[in-house]
Amino acid sequence: MSASPLKPHALLAEFGTAADIFEAAILCRDAGFSKWDVHTPFPIHGMDEAMGLRKSPVGWFTFCGGMTGFSAGMTMIWYMNKFDYPLVVGGKPLFTPLYAFPVSYEMTILLSAFGTLFGMFFLNRLPKLYNPLFKNERFKKATDDRFFIVIEAADPKFSLEATRAFLTEKCHATAVEIVED
Amino acid sequence: MASASASASASAAAHKASHGSHGAPALKVADAPRELEREPLVLNERPLGWITNAIAGVCENPMPKWWWPAFVVSFGGMLMMFSLIAYLVSTGVGVWGLNQPADWAWDITNFVFWIGIGHAGTLISAVLFLLRQKWRTSVNRAAEAMTIFAVACAGVFPVFHTGRVWFALLPGYLFPAPNANEIWPQFRSPLLWDVFAVSTYGTVSLLFWYVGLIPDLATLRDRAKGFLRKFFYGLFSLGWTGSNRHWSNYEKAYLLLAGLSTPLVLSVHSIVSFDFAVSVVPGWHTTIFPPYFVAGAIFSGFGMVLTLLIPLRSLFNLHDVITVRHVELMCKVLLATGSIVGYAYGMEFFIAWYGGSPYELYAFKNRAFGPYWWSYWSMITCNVISPHFFWFKKLRSNLVFVWIVSIFVNIGMWFERFVIIVTSLHRDYLPSSWGYFTPSWVDVMTFVGSFGLFMTLFLLFIRFLPTIAISEVKGVTPQADPHHPLGGAKGHH
Repeated sequence: MSASPLKPHALLAEFGTAADIFEAAILCRDAGFSKWDVHTPFPIHGMDEAMGLRKSPVGWFTFCGGMTGFSAGMTMIWYMNKFDYPLVVGGKPLFTPLYAFPVSYEMTILLSAFGTLFGMFFLNRLPKLYNPLFKNERFKKATDDRFFIVIEAADPKFSLEATRAFLTEKCHATAVEIVED
Repeated sequence: MASASASASASAAAHKASHGSHGAPALKVADAPRELEREPLVLNERPLGWITNAIAGVCENPMPKWWWPAFVVSFGGMLMMFSLIAYLVSTGVGVWGLNQPADWAWDITNFVFWIGIGHAGTLISAVLFLLRQKWRTSVNRAAEAMTIFAVACAGVFPVFHTGRVWFALLPGYLFPAPNANEIWPQFRSPLLWDVFAVSTYGTVSLLFWYVGLIPDLATLRDRAKGFLRKFFYGLFSLGWTGSNRHWSNYEKAYLLLAGLSTPLVLSVHSIVSFDFAVSVVPGWHTTIFPPYFVAGAIFSGFGMVLTLLIPLRSLFNLHDVITVRHVELMCKVLLATGSIVGYAYGMEFFIAWYGGSPYELYAFKNRAFGPYWWSYWSMITCNVISPHFFWFKKLRSNLVFVWIVSIFVNIGMWFERFVIIVTSLHRDYLPSSWGYFTPSWVDVMTFVGSFGLFMTLFLLFIRFLPTIAISEVKGVTPQADPHHPLGGAKGHH
């Protein structure tokens, strides 16, 4: 393979089994790459540790959504039924957290769910409809039955020849390709 | 998750040990404790690519011949329902045969019936996920779709039973928003709690379903041939690449959504039951209602899941993914929840007698032996007797039999809501306010039409979306486990 006229975006290495990519991910982590990723058709258990990822912070978005939902629910009901338009119905108190609870509870869940979904999208920077990887035919198998490691050219430890050799010889990739930008 | 992968690696170790002992000297060492053999979730050790082809193939290949007639009939039913609703809105809610004292009848029966059906989908997708019941992966997608379509059908009835719908939908009546009359909704009313519960339920179910669909939409995008398919699957899969950095957040979000859906599904039918339990009508004013309604909802929902999935599996040759074991497990859920429902029926009668209120006792005697006795005993036959066939493995694994019983469960649960609503209302305290509700033809045909809406949505779902969660099914195969020999783990040869 001669040098490509285009700037390489990344090196794409293909693996055939879950065990192969698992071991390769550990090697990449220990080699100290930072701008790299593993692409699999389903989440592989233990891959987060193998890649050395931190725990996902999605839960914080859920928590903030839930707190917002509950307090918004309680405040809304207090404002509408006690403060802005007080109206005695059936001799019941104008406001008590008891009757306000079911609606506030549902709002807690609703806003937690929105927080979770949009928090996940935000952390994953999705939607991202353009990706150089989509131009690669081989990569289409990443959502089917093949496993890939992508090391970006922007990684400080990246060098076209050395990284290619690392992926083929040390990680035993079945194929290594250049992904063009 | 930790325990699951630990046990998987233990089984891999056991596998290694048994291979290692080939050709070893006669010295016999006690076998390592072996994990109990579990039936595989996908039969015949199908490779990962086979799973993609089998499931994605359903919505990529032309639909089989029966699809178009089924779609035309369902679509016709849906149009009929919309026309009858137009008739109702232009004429008045009286076309539904509602009159004093039974101001709620088929409308609210249908509402509770449909919303109950939805509950199985959430139970399978969320509760069984939290309980690490891996068998759910083959059925959760279709069950969640069923939930969303059932909630859509359910929404029609309470919205249109208000008659002058524009008042219900205008700000200030059901949904709080500033309005010219400067009035706010009445939050002390359980009917308003219901508005929030059902709309939250519909929204969260849709989000949960969509999150589960993203990786599978990406699979369809990568296989798509035509421009439209490429465009729409590409758009809705949001640029998913199967990146593990994404999976990490995705799995956490999925877990959290499951954790949120579980209290949600329990609260929704509890709140639906508050519509009745918070009132002071004999036959409704009982504390047993929330758990009894939730159990009934799960019972009816699993009935509907079986009604839909048993034909689906044979029509699309998905026998290796939706196995007899899946059907059997769902029958066990029917047995458990059906028993709870039967117990609740008995307990209601006991409390009616033990509570000492003559009105309560009358309401229940009237249920079983009054003018609506036929509906009460249909309910008992379908809901209390039919699930008990499932004590027997032979009957649980006879799919034709299971399908017939699932139909009985659907019928029985519709009657349950009819019994609760109509028999409690039709005789007020004074005999001068006694009546007998008979449905009008509009009542009957609107309900029939709601099945058209449900089936239209379901058939479109089969046509365009993966009916089984592709990535999740792959994830529970041994090939997905890096520590299993089928996943490529070294050292076993």
